[in-house]
Amino acid sequence: MISFILNNQTVVTNQPSGSTVLDFVRYHKRLSGTKIGCREGDCGACTILVGDREDGKLIYRSMTSCLMPLGNAQGKHIVTVEGINMADLSPVQQAMVDTNGTQCGFCTIGFVMSLTGFVMNETAKNYQQAIASIDGNICRCTGYKSIERAAEMLSEKMNEKPGETTMDWLISNNFIPAYFNDIANRLQQLKTTAENINDENGTLIIGGGTDLIVQKHSLVKRSATNHVFDTASLKGVRFENEKYIIGASTTVTDFAESILIQNNFPDLAKHIKLVSSTPIRNMATIAGNIVNASPIGDMTVFFLALNAEITLSNHATKRSVLLKDFYKGYKQLDKTKDEFIESISFSLPSAAVFNFEKVCKRTHLDIASVNSACMFQLNNDGTIEDVHLAAGGVAPFPKYLFNTVAFLKNKKISAATLKEGIKIMNEEIAPISDARGTADYKRLLLRQLFLAHFAGINKNVLKEILLQPAF
Amino acid sequence: MDTIKKEKFTSLPAEPDLKSLGNIDAPNHVTGRSMYVDDIPVMEGMLFLKIFDSPIAHGTIKSIDFAEAEKMEGVVKIFSCKDIPGENQIGGIIPDEPLLADHEVHFMGQPILLIAAENEDAAEDALAKIKIEIEPLPVITDPRVAFAQGKLLSASRKFVMGDAAAAFKNCKYIFEGQASTNGQEHLYLETQGAYAYPTEHNSVKVFSSTQGPTAVQRTVARVLGVGMNSVEVDVSRLGGGFGGKEDQASTWGAMAALASYVLKRPAKCILHRMEDMRMTGKRNPYSSDYKIGLDETYKIIAYEATFYQNGGAAADLSPAILERTLFHATNSYFIPNVSVTAHSCKTNLPPNTAFRGFGGPQGMFVIESAIDHVAKSIGIDTNIIQRKNMMDDGDELSYGQIVHHCEAKHCWNKMEEHYDLKKIKEEVNAFNNSNDFYKKGFSLMPVCFGISFTNTMMNQARALVHIYSDGTVGVSTGGVEMGQGLNAKMMQVAAATLGISTSKIKLETTNTTRVANTSPSAASSTADLNGKAVLDACRQINERLHTFIKTELTDKIDSSIEIKNGVVYIDDEASVFNWKNLIQQAFMKRISLSAKGHYATPIIHFDKTIEKGHPFAYHVYGTALTQVTVDCLRGTYEIDAVHAVHDFGSSMNPTVDLGQCEGGIVQGIGWMTMEEIVYNENGKLLSNALSTYKIPDIYSVPKKLDVHFLHTAGNDMAILKSKAVGEPPLMYGIGAYFAIRNAVLAFNPKAAVPYAAPITPEKVLMNLY
Repeated sequence: MISFILNNQTVVTNQPSGSTVLDFVRYHKRLSGTKIGCREGDCGACTILVGDREDGKLIYRSMTSCLMPLGNAQGKHIVTVEGINMADLSPVQQAMVDTNGTQCGFCTIGFVMSLTGFVMNETAKNYQQAIASIDGNICRCTGYKSIERAAEMLSEKMNEKPGETTMDWLISNNFIPAYFNDIANRLQQLKTTAENINDENGTLIIGGGTDLIVQKHSLVKRSATNHVFDTASLKGVRFENEKYIIGASTTVTDFAESILIQNNFPDLAKHIKLVSSTPIRNMATIAGNIVNASPIGDMTVFFLALNAEITLSNHATKRSVLLKDFYKGYKQLDKTKDEFIESISFSLPSAAVFNFEKVCKRTHLDIASVNSACMFQLNNDGTIEDVHLAAGGVAPFPKYLFNTVAFLKNKKISAATLKEGIKIMNEEIAPISDARGTADYKRLLLRQLFLAHFAGINKNVLKEILLQPAF
Repeated sequence: MDTIKKEKFTSLPAEPDLKSLGNIDAPNHVTGRSMYVDDIPVMEGMLFLKIFDSPIAHGTIKSIDFAEAEKMEGVVKIFSCKDIPGENQIGGIIPDEPLLADHEVHFMGQPILLIAAENEDAAEDALAKIKIEIEPLPVITDPRVAFAQGKLLSASRKFVMGDAAAAFKNCKYIFEGQASTNGQEHLYLETQGAYAYPTEHNSVKVFSSTQGPTAVQRTVARVLGVGMNSVEVDVSRLGGGFGGKEDQASTWGAMAALASYVLKRPAKCILHRMEDMRMTGKRNPYSSDYKIGLDETYKIIAYEATFYQNGGAAADLSPAILERTLFHATNSYFIPNVSVTAHSCKTNLPPNTAFRGFGGPQGMFVIESAIDHVAKSIGIDTNIIQRKNMMDDGDELSYGQIVHHCEAKHCWNKMEEHYDLKKIKEEVNAFNNSNDFYKKGFSLMPVCFGISFTNTMMNQARALVHIYSDGTVGVSTGGVEMGQGLNAKMMQVAAATLGISTSKIKLETTNTTRVANTSPSAASSTADLNGKAVLDACRQINERLHTFIKTELTDKIDSSIEIKNGVVYIDDEASVFNWKNLIQQAFMKRISLSAKGHYATPIIHFDKTIEKGHPFAYHVYGTALTQVTVDCLRGTYEIDAVHAVHDFGSSMNPTVDLGQCEGGIVQGIGWMTMEEIVYNENGKLLSNALSTYKIPDIYSVPKKLDVHFLHTAGNDMAILKSKAVGEPPLMYGIGAYFAIRNAVLAFNPKAAVPYAAPITPEKVLMNLY
């Protein structure tokens, strides 16, 4: 039985753990405020807040309930709009009303929940953070300008608040109902009585659900599932033996929020902003992105350029494989059926330059036409001492560009080198035409992104190459 | 001329409380209490419906076997076209579309079978067991190919004024070319759907997410073979429509009604997003030829265009859309010699349909392309030609209507007053000269849009107003609330006319038994038509109440009566009577407290046999300036700003109207930039989900979006002189295409960028290098 707190009510259910939280709240609990827009995490109409204890603190994160397996709600606080409704509108709701941030109203609940997540985030204050909280919410009516005004009102209000946001402050300012005060205790009690819902014989391992439920909703809801999203041994970022080790179930948000990672990737926030949306990053796991083997997986390309290594386990034995050797063909992996990814690790040379690029039809909350990541370090004389380069959208799987990398090593960054590099790169990719662009476009785009990686080092090279009409 | 922010608080004329009403549904929206079709509590025994649709775009059905599927546990019945009690026909304008395919399929996604099951899983399992054999026939996706093969959905149309062929002889500059626009997925956040249950007398009640309750009613009656009085359609609200639920909601209403009527059980048919995208039509793509001629002063003397509309596999609303393309073929310009022709071409795509602008935007894109073509070719700024040819009072349009109260120049001039075009040009040039890999571009986009259904007959509406004996008021109209703020506007009309507080008034659902024979909520006209009907109903009640006050409550037969803020004023003095006791006494004295209002737009007419007349009650005008920056390394772009001067008339609800304007602009920009419908050569939709079809998100909208309210007297044909606002702003978005194109040319002056929208990052990059 799965047990969790839904708004102010403790629920125990024997619904399949692979069914979605969305269907549960709408059709089993008749909480119809949460809407169905796309069932693939791309619109945010079904956004809910999920409260869980992290390092002893109760943290609420926005998630798209359409992709959240019910099993992942185990022991948590699930909050739908009905759970934040009070006698008066909350300041979030009021701001949306005052600025006319709602027209047809169908997407509105998602915005309200995301913005409530913003105000509940203990450090969030500024306008950019308010906007970032709704980066996964699509509205077809307003053109967002009125919603921006609502976000502005809220960030102003947050700036008035003294110190960090506390539950008391949120309650006394009418952002959330008083029952939230007792949730931490109630969750504590719930954890002690919660059953293990995992089917140990189940072969379907599910993390955040952000890909599996999009692709195989019907299968997941009818399968015996192993939920690893909350498996403590698979979570978190640590530094051991000169290596950064990322647990398989670490979410993209966990990764991006890790001080350890932030300290080593100065542009991390900029890069992560290009990866899906806040609610999806709150759910999507690193291992999920890797094992999904999508040809355009953003995080996979990111880790390929770090020359990362993955540790596979079948409970009995473990082995390591370089990520660049893990992909054997379209959705074909160097992995046996009983193996699962335990962690991913990489080391960082001290003077490494890292860059991640992604272009799609829509800059944010989209799947790449082509993405690419590159890490390199230069010798004192400007030659490339070491380099790793990967690209998505140009092959049947996330592509480590072996030949290009081999060529670039020990070369000086010059127009001639990069031109030759592009030639070699073009020979080792095989993009196809699809809804995300024609093959010709993807080739051209990868060339541009390849050059963008080196633009920071030598702007003149870029000019020399691209402003020549002949090229 | 102020921006809305200032205006909202400073310069509102009379009845400030009503004008600042905003969207009355907002509190329910933000708390999740608004009810859409799938939120209605369902009845016991409800059946789940799933559609089995065509896996190929064109072919002859050789065999279909669903015996095994129908025997599965939980499956109640599988309907084929043979199980339809009435007529297997859902075509609105032309009867050319079956509800369930008979022996042929004409597009991928065309419904073939309807599965009714006890639960969703059973319905899904049944889908997988159905076997079908279809012999493929040739697939056409290109309207020009269809035209060449004589495949047309309706008769071609031609508007002629003057003599274009002769006038070209007097032109100094003549240019010809092609322009095309792709389709656009409506992407209403609420997918199509309906819920139905059987009622007495062999009738059915249908809750539908439709812009056209009567269209659903008529279609259901036809499919079931019953009278329209056996079908009750109720609509509380839509989670977005944008034209996509004007005609195409009928299909799902008919599906739910069919199962419910035959099986005598409640039945619900809600489409999954991917089903919706696959099975429903979109904005009509167009491919067009133009020829434009100017004299030495840059006056456009002659314009010819041929529009090839991609109608899809059935007529749907395409013939009417085609017509509006011709009405707006010259946008805001006066051109004395015009000859424009339009063909509605039959292809093997889902039947394309209404989408905000209804063919107008497609026509405007072509004339704007033609003008830009001329300007680029002779080396002057596009806006010089645009300004030179702007229409004015007394000008005749190609369809015979003479322009009155023209605000085209007024809007443009206000724009120039506010934004120094010369300075903007200099700034853009300076930026472009000092940046290698970032280039800026800008454009101007004037808009002139006609208000009224171009089918004169449809310009009628009714409203039913009940005053209950406790003084509360229920207002029903034929209009559907879909986010455009109709409920708020109707409440304003009722409150202002009855002289009572909005707190006494409730807007009811739209229901065909309360208001019959409705026109769809479309053509930007919903508030005008239904508002005038509410006005009529309220005035009737006022008249009865005034007479009652004069003759029965008092003996002041010659006095003037007015009700203000719920108080009865007699000869301008407050009396002892208030609304509540007035109504109670009127009821006791058996005064009718209900009224049905009716409105039919006067003056308008159009004669299709000569393609001349006066089809529009009035026009809406405006001009937008769009500024963009293109990242010439990556081929991506940002919209820096859109500044619009828009003719709202005398806006009755600036908050709602601003929302319509901002939303329309962003939707238009989406159509011109990132929204790309992709079908492959087999007619398969590749952009079939939100992951592959992208509409603007919060990061991609213009950094700055100013809407300046042009103060004008408004138009008496508009409700409370507040001009219709739904569609016109969308066309400002066309400016984004030209601004981006200009920035691309700044990087690569030799690029031959086709006049083809959308200008996706792919097209940008391919033209940069």
